[in-house]
Amino acid sequence: MVGSAMNLLRSGLSSWLIQRLSALVLGIYTLCIFGIFIVHPEIDYGTWKAVFDNNLMRVFSVVTLVAACVHGWIGLWTVFTDYLTPRLFAARATAIRKAFQTGGAFLIAVYLFWGIQILWGS
Amino acid sequence: MKDNRPVNLDISTIKFPLAAITSITHRITGVILLIGFGFLLYLLQLSLESESGFVLVQELLSGLIVKLLTWAVIACLIYHFIAGCKHLLMDLGIGETNEGAQIGSGLVVVFSAVGILIAGVWIW
Repeated sequence: MVGSAMNLLRSGLSSWLIQRLSALVLGIYTLCIFGIFIVHPEIDYGTWKAVFDNNLMRVFSVVTLVAACVHGWIGLWTVFTDYLTPRLFAARATAIRKAFQTGGAFLIAVYLFWGIQILWGS
Repeated sequence: MKDNRPVNLDISTIKFPLAAITSITHRITGVILLIGFGFLLYLLQLSLESESGFVLVQELLSGLIVKLLTWAVIACLIYHFIAGCKHLLMDLGIGETNEGAQIGSGLVVVFSAVGILIAGVWIW
């Protein structure tokens, strides 16, 4: 069995719940962004900038960014532990899986800091 | 649990019902979205940076390659969103029967196809 050492919360149940809660946040935010494009089909810079300068939207965007990072991390963990297995990679499975998870963690960390910089930087 | 039980690794002999295909596609689109997220963040950064950055995004989005790339990411997003909704409904106990799973998977395919087509029309 692959260990749960790199599972976000070391508990399958909390991962399961957080995956669903973050999904709800991501889904609602996605609908809002689509909504903006439907209301303003020919959106200009001023309107676009004003949307993201609104403090409520800033908080919503940062919460969504965090939700995306957590959701992505749990998703990657699920995929990696299901497919990068000893059955396919024998003794090297753990090393390969840890390497992929480290790469994924790095990518997600970059997204998190970069995203916060975009949303709250200016 | 014994771990020396026989395992069938010949994938061509395994049947993949629609529910299995929509499930693996949910995973694949999820992984693609994690990569595409960087692309979306880059566009967001450019578009918010300055008026010229916003115009640059508009110009980028009028190019064929970027249009196709954007459509691909949005297609994954639409599929992942709809398959995710089905997942949440099933967590609530809706459509958990064998038949329900088949209908649910069929609906995911139909709704996604329609959504992806509309997104394509909207991008072009």
